[in-house]
Amino acid sequence: AEVEEILKRIQAHRGVIATMVINAEGIPIRTTLDNSTTVQYAGLLHQLTMKARSTVRDIDPQNDLTFLRIRSKKHEIMIIPGNISIKITIELYVL
Amino acid sequence: ERAYKPVSYVDQMAIHFTLNGNMILKDSDEGRRQSIRLSTAAEKAPIETSAVTYEEEEIKDEESTGDTEVAGVEEAEGPGAAEAAEAAEAEEPPPPRVKEQKLANQFNFIERASRTLNNPMRERASQSEPTPCKTFSATANQWKIYDAYVEELQKMERSKEKEKPKAQIAKREEEKKKGRKLTTLELQSDDINKISKAAKIMERMVNQNTFDDIAQDFKYFEDASDEYRDQQGTLLPLWKFQYEKTKRLAVTAISWNPKYKDLFAVGYGSYDFMKQGQGMLLLYTMKNPSFPEYVFSSESGIMCLDFHNDHPYLVAVGFYDGNVAIYNLKKATSQPSYKSSAKSGKHTEPVWQVKWQKDDMDNNLNFFSVSSDGRIVSWTLVKNELVHTDVIKLSVEGTTMQGPEGLQLQTFGCGTSFDFHKKIDYLFLVGTEEGKIYKCSKCYSSQFLDVFEAHHMAVDSVSWNPYHLKVFISCSSDWTVKIWDHTIKTPMFIYDLNSAVGDVAWSPYSSTVFAAVTTDGKAHVFDLSINKYEALCTQLVVSKKKNKITHIQFNPVYPVVIIGDERGHVTSLKLSPNLRRMPKAKKGQEVKKGPEVEIAKLDKLLSLVREPESQA
Repeated sequence: AEVEEILKRIQAHRGVIATMVINAEGIPIRTTLDNSTTVQYAGLLHQLTMKARSTVRDIDPQNDLTFLRIRSKKHEIMIIPGNISIKITIELYVL
Repeated sequence: ERAYKPVSYVDQMAIHFTLNGNMILKDSDEGRRQSIRLSTAAEKAPIETSAVTYEEEEIKDEESTGDTEVAGVEEAEGPGAAEAAEAAEAEEPPPPRVKEQKLANQFNFIERASRTLNNPMRERASQSEPTPCKTFSATANQWKIYDAYVEELQKMERSKEKEKPKAQIAKREEEKKKGRKLTTLELQSDDINKISKAAKIMERMVNQNTFDDIAQDFKYFEDASDEYRDQQGTLLPLWKFQYEKTKRLAVTAISWNPKYKDLFAVGYGSYDFMKQGQGMLLLYTMKNPSFPEYVFSSESGIMCLDFHNDHPYLVAVGFYDGNVAIYNLKKATSQPSYKSSAKSGKHTEPVWQVKWQKDDMDNNLNFFSVSSDGRIVSWTLVKNELVHTDVIKLSVEGTTMQGPEGLQLQTFGCGTSFDFHKKIDYLFLVGTEEGKIYKCSKCYSSQFLDVFEAHHMAVDSVSWNPYHLKVFISCSSDWTVKIWDHTIKTPMFIYDLNSAVGDVAWSPYSSTVFAAVTTDGKAHVFDLSINKYEALCTQLVVSKKKNKITHIQFNPVYPVVIIGDERGHVTSLKLSPNLRRMPKAKKGQEVKKGPEVEIAKLDKLLSLVREPESQA
């Protein structure tokens, strides 16, 4: 579908290493990485996203987390939480 | 009656003998007592007289057999008992009574007890199936409570809504069925589709990263060197939008969306008469420079487009083959919602410009189109169909030809562009291929209000000044850009740009700034308040040899212009501060802002221009 195309485009974008789609329980639905890494990322990032979201909403329940960027020395991880699923993209950037 | 009745005395009866007997019935009380006494007496006194013993034996025998032979014994016993009784009475006092039967009465208390039978004990047990247990843990956050409340509220609202339209039961059932179908489809479809929104955001985020420096430039970069340049400005190139399917097509029209300030539409087609192919309509957003948001394709090249001001999802489009169509962005189809056809009065020549008008009296949407066939047509959307009305026919004066059979043929001028006045609704300008500009009114269909001998070649674009009510600008392939006051026949300002001018546009933020693009790939930005004769900025935007610029548009909010070229590329450029100069505030004086200032500014300029003319 159209969504598939968008995902393909993102993956083909310059600098993107991997993309992942995780459902609400933290189980990866779609991924471009190998299994073990995917599972590791999924588990860790899912928890982090839940915590971040909980934080934002605790402060103001009408607010909600739109996206989460984690910039590290080597990579940047971008997470978009949704009601049903979460989308994660890992990008490599050079400062 | 069948019984014998004793009669005591009978006449014929003679009594011979009478003896009073002393027989006691054995079973009667006295008889029993006597027999008991006799038996006890017999035991104690075995050495009794023979007569007595005999009698007692007799009695015993009689007693022992007494039970069986009641009648015979009675008789025998009778006398025997009588005798024994006498004998017993005589012996009564000496033999003690051996057995004294205890008689139970209220004076003799006897304890009685009885024991109930203890039932044998048996154990029975039954066990039910344990209810399935599940450990559940959750944190009751404030937002979870809030969510629960919101859900409750929504449910209540929905139930209220359902109560209201009770008359439309059938319709609701249909909707319910559709709704159910949709839900089943949704359940069946892959989870992937649910993240479409997230995917879009992600794409934009990734693009933002990739084009990070451009995004930063767009937001924050202000060319510092402008201070030194003294009235010269630059255009900083930002993003470049391209799509592989439009590589062979030229950009024929650009328009910004009135509602979403970062969304713009680009129409693709071809200006070449020989090479006519398909057309495309793409909508891009500045937030995602790598891929268009919406893609529509059409059989014929698109020549012009316009967004509706009140309904920013409606786009009117004019085609090369003379058709017009309306695309509805809210609907997911890639085909236009409404399209004209040969039957419904399409133009016979390419449609060069379309513009939406205010809704007519019946609240129908309508727009105007101008074409090379000399007709200006108003299209109205009536009950999902496009209905056309010829508004005016551009007849060229003095060119009535003699057709065959002596008919007077009127040749029509070819309209190439038009623009409606911002305030005066019925007033509009039409530019033609002959270089004339007609001032027309919607009310008069055959006469023009005025004619301007504007250019020597086709007028490519006319545009009213967004602030000043009297001023308009026109550009033409005869290399010139001219600014007019519509009350005066001659132009106020003339600029020669050394190359055919493709498009000219006023800036939305200042009444004295406008930009023009020429076919040699250059963009020129003018500010009349700063420099009346020269461009503030002349910049090469695309390579000269292979590419020509076709259109330019200012973004209504941001200091960005977008320029379309013949290769299907759209380049966005940021205006440097010099080009955006607002009137400076003198110390102690407040800066007046608003359209009045702009009008006054331009008026001053115009008066300056007019004065020397009047003097001369």
